[in-house]
Amino acid sequence: MKKIDEILKERILVLDGAMGTMIQKYKLGEADFRGDRFKDFHLDLKGNNDLLSITRPDIIGAIHEEYLAVGADIIETNTFSSTTIGMADYELEKVAYELNVKSARIAREAADKYTALTPKKPRFVAGSIGPTNRTASMSPDVNSPAFRAINFDQLRTAYKEQIEGLIEGGVDLLLIETIFDTLNAKAALFACEEVFEEIGFKLPIMISGTITDASGRLLSGQTPEAFLISVNHIPLLSFGLNCALGAAEMEPYLQQVSRISNSAICAYPNAGLPNAFGEYDQSANEFSEEVESFLELGLINIIGGCCGTKPQHIKLLSELAEKYKPRNITAW
Amino acid sequence: MKRTLQLSGLEPLIITDESNFINIGERTNVAGSKKFRRLIKDGDYQEALKIAREQIEGGAKIIDINMDDGLIDGKKAMVHFLHLISSEPEICKVPIMIDSSKWEILEAGLQCVQGKCIVNSISLKEGEDEFIKYATKIKRYGAAVVVMAFDEVGQADSLDRRIEICKRSYEVLVEKVGFPANDIIFDPNIFPVATGMDEHNLNALDFFQATEWISQNLPGAQVSGGLSNVSFSFRGNNLVREAMHSAFLFHAIKAGMKLGIVNPSQLEIYDSIEPELLTRVEDVLLFRRKDATERLLEYAQEVKGDNKEKIKKLDKWREESLEERITHSLVKGIDDFIEKDALEALEKHGKALDVIEGPLLNGMKVVGKLFGAGKMFLPQVVKSARVMKKGVATLLPFMEDGDDDVQRKAGTLVLATVKGDVHDIGKNIVKVVLSCNNYEVIDLGVMVPANKILKAAKEHNADAIGLSGLITPSLDEMVFLAQEMERHNFDIPLLIGGATTSKAHTAVKIFPEYKNPVVHVADASLAVTTLSTLLSKKDSPSFVQKLNDQHTLIRDRYLNNEKSKQFIPIAIARKNKFQIDWKEDDINVPNKLGVHILKNFSLEVLERYIDWTPFFQSWQLFGRFPKILSDKTVGEEAHRLYSDARQMLTGLVKEKRLHAHGVFGLFPANSLENDCIEIYDPKSQDTQINKLITLRQQSEKKKGNKYFALSDYIAPKSTGFKDYMGCFAVCIEGADEIASQYEKELDDYKSIMVKALADRLAEAFAEYLHERIRRIEWGFSGGEQLSNEDLIREKYQGIRPAPGYPACPDHSEKIRIFELLDAEKNIGIKLTESLAMHPGAAVSGYYFSHPEARYFGLGKIDFDQVNSYAKSMEITIEEAKKTLSVLLPSSTD
Repeated sequence: MKKIDEILKERILVLDGAMGTMIQKYKLGEADFRGDRFKDFHLDLKGNNDLLSITRPDIIGAIHEEYLAVGADIIETNTFSSTTIGMADYELEKVAYELNVKSARIAREAADKYTALTPKKPRFVAGSIGPTNRTASMSPDVNSPAFRAINFDQLRTAYKEQIEGLIEGGVDLLLIETIFDTLNAKAALFACEEVFEEIGFKLPIMISGTITDASGRLLSGQTPEAFLISVNHIPLLSFGLNCALGAAEMEPYLQQVSRISNSAICAYPNAGLPNAFGEYDQSANEFSEEVESFLELGLINIIGGCCGTKPQHIKLLSELAEKYKPRNITAW
Repeated sequence: MKRTLQLSGLEPLIITDESNFINIGERTNVAGSKKFRRLIKDGDYQEALKIAREQIEGGAKIIDINMDDGLIDGKKAMVHFLHLISSEPEICKVPIMIDSSKWEILEAGLQCVQGKCIVNSISLKEGEDEFIKYATKIKRYGAAVVVMAFDEVGQADSLDRRIEICKRSYEVLVEKVGFPANDIIFDPNIFPVATGMDEHNLNALDFFQATEWISQNLPGAQVSGGLSNVSFSFRGNNLVREAMHSAFLFHAIKAGMKLGIVNPSQLEIYDSIEPELLTRVEDVLLFRRKDATERLLEYAQEVKGDNKEKIKKLDKWREESLEERITHSLVKGIDDFIEKDALEALEKHGKALDVIEGPLLNGMKVVGKLFGAGKMFLPQVVKSARVMKKGVATLLPFMEDGDDDVQRKAGTLVLATVKGDVHDIGKNIVKVVLSCNNYEVIDLGVMVPANKILKAAKEHNADAIGLSGLITPSLDEMVFLAQEMERHNFDIPLLIGGATTSKAHTAVKIFPEYKNPVVHVADASLAVTTLSTLLSKKDSPSFVQKLNDQHTLIRDRYLNNEKSKQFIPIAIARKNKFQIDWKEDDINVPNKLGVHILKNFSLEVLERYIDWTPFFQSWQLFGRFPKILSDKTVGEEAHRLYSDARQMLTGLVKEKRLHAHGVFGLFPANSLENDCIEIYDPKSQDTQINKLITLRQQSEKKKGNKYFALSDYIAPKSTGFKDYMGCFAVCIEGADEIASQYEKELDDYKSIMVKALADRLAEAFAEYLHERIRRIEWGFSGGEQLSNEDLIREKYQGIRPAPGYPACPDHSEKIRIFELLDAEKNIGIKLTESLAMHPGAAVSGYYFSHPEARYFGLGKIDFDQVNSYAKSMEITIEEAKKTLSVLLPSSTD
């Protein structure tokens, strides 16, 4: 089987769409989230989407397959919040490691099934590593700016456990995503290196930042270029942007990063901006029309969707990806 | 290997070979600043933050933070201070240097900083194992590192030891740790000199040579150092210390040092060091003589106690007489005291007008003299004018009736950019320079019709009229104005200036139309002398006589030349066109046909494409960027101008006060035998939508040489191959509004600056867009990888000639470009009646992709080509002659 970095030189790869949006469609209740195992748990568990990998693995597997069926080359594990920090809200720190192993296995199985169906189009599993809900560079309390709700070592330890779980479950890639504070991402990168040293091999790392508004910066204040410089000490499979913005809003920033990065560029915008109810209602057609502009400009190596995107969206993306040449990684 | 050290705070800092010296602030170091140490010890972090902020405002590009002190809990203080900095965007925008001798503190610091910082420092002092351990961790934290020239044996104190340790450290880092070479910064130890001990004689020289060796032998690595050490033995003698710092820095930078911990207030300007002192200091640093130390000590004894004197000297000018203070403010461009001094002068002189015409004007005369003698440069003069305006503005409320007596003025000039032209940077500079010299300038602005200029001249009883223009059609307008002056019996001189004007054109075309003096003023610095001579009863007659003789001579010579100039018939020229052997495979089919718009394009991206050399030209500082910054004569001023420009640019970009719009179109096209290019509909491919007319060289050349026209670069229709061409228009909108705001605030310096920057951004946009076209939209050179320098030198495939420039001097081609692009509707650029683009910061032109396409100069053309042009354009021959007038040989009528 060809390695992903070789395939990236030949064509644009497609990343899957939103997991949360798809789970909502199933209209699951508290009982689904609890399953048998947590039926007597002392806290409400509804909304802990990552937990479904243990309690409703059938649904998570089915969602992965929907995306694979419409042409996704890379699927993301259901582990966006599966760290001890993310699980602390539900007092489920203890299952964090297990969640990562389990989620990775579900995705692995789905991906392998489709690789067997289309051997010329191998499918990859990216271990999703979210930003956590705390930030190491900013104080949550404006009155005490030096206070931190989390520090580098706590993040590093939590990430390390998550990464070990993902690798045990069989992921091909690690995707550090939705980065709004570079220091959190640096802790994750540090953890990656520690794990790699321990296990004796490395996995390709994808980095994806989030520009939250028209300031064109991360929430923690860095410009895209400063952000890239801050994480560029480790060889990256891809660098890019996801979430917070729709494709149209993301384009100028993507141009900036595409110009300066010497790794592959990955983008997965939201399905437009949220409407008055906080929902993403951009149609697959509108979405892919906006995304097509990225491809026309030659900015992209990996393309996918974030909040609000569904298999319809990804289907159109994989049609687009075939039409365009990938961004020339060495030339830029 | 390209040397780039890339660092970041909230914003990037990329250090390349071309970068200027990077100053690392040392005030946030408890060892470097007593005040900072006291504040940290007392826990007054708010004040400590102020110190950090101030040194960034003072020019530090990186800040060094050090909390190593026996009385301070270093780790706690480091973490707390770094946390506080993170919520101060004005501070954490720059990269941080975490400085400690304790690994525990370094690591605690590394865990607090999101940007890419520098660790200061590690070394082989405790052996290779420790060194590797720390370096591996630093790499994992994503930081760059300062490596001290220190090993198990001790600190490097000779050239050989410096080289030995740096080489070994480098090899361990690169080969064993896999540390990126670009992230290594060596500190080869700056030690004191002139200590009286012989073994210290070579301390500075060894450092310079080690720096040079590192630059040449350890690819990627940078050199840094803490400067204050070198002058250690002269503590208490700031005059000598400052001179030593500057001279040391000068030589270290020359040897390749790019970063350093420097206190800017402890630096004298290298060129301002008293020559005797400089000689003695450099004797010591470079160990040029055995008795160097004694001689410097001798000097130091003489100026001892200068510490207080020196401080006094800084403000000493404030103790001089009122008149001298005012002159000082004007010459130095200091606007802090002028209001106070002007009011004091008012008290002394009683009348506001007396102050303006007395001390203020006298000061400006000094400025004028220094400028005339080449001892001040234009940007400084513009700053002087700003001070003058402020002084006058302070006095205006005290002016009495009848005070606006113009008789005492040196003269009055009506100044305008002519009808159809919008360019006014040069004109505004002339205005400032003349105002500085006691002339009243009635500035009528841009696009001023002749009748308005003449009316203003009458109304203000002007002593002269000055005209400016940048594009060739403006030349005709100037001729017209001269005719009108003649017709209305004017008798005052006419001054001509601007980029396309020339002595030859003035002599041949304008001079014959007006019997009073017509003078071409080649640059702004000549405006004052020219005008004062013309207005002097004594000097004027002989000057005018000489001028007229000169004009007559130039004119005759020119016309004789023209007569002897041989043209070949256009039919023959076409037969000898530049032949391309067309093959279908050679034609590049654009990826993206049709018209495409880029509204509000990112200024951040354009910033990178700026070619700064012409920017300096517009301020009459000549030399190639970035070399100009270190030029002996203008370097210092160029540097100041550049840093002002960068600062303004950053503000403009950040606040999005300028807007970049562009439009381009790629179309199927074929050339015809009459040098026209037919443009076809991108969709139907065969429907002709427009026709460009290119002009062919006609001046006779040596046998075998080709006669070029742009149409040669497009496949002829007869080949049957569909070829392609493109056109574009870009503009920067908003500069005029900002400039007029500055003018209201009496700040001509900034007003000129913002326009000059907008011009550069427009050019940068054209450069960017061309690159994007080549790589993506047309896509004929996808793999191209050129630096900005290469772009400026046009090392790419294909050309983008612009109407009005040598290959296609006919400005009316812009009309076709604008039609094809619908540029006015799409991005709001207008064409004036003289075919200037509005806003003025705009560029339009064509794209040709063929690898053999080259720029050329058209030169003059003959009348048979005008006939052909008229036929192609379907206009009368008279109309064609008018359009192409400047390209035709002058008739001798």
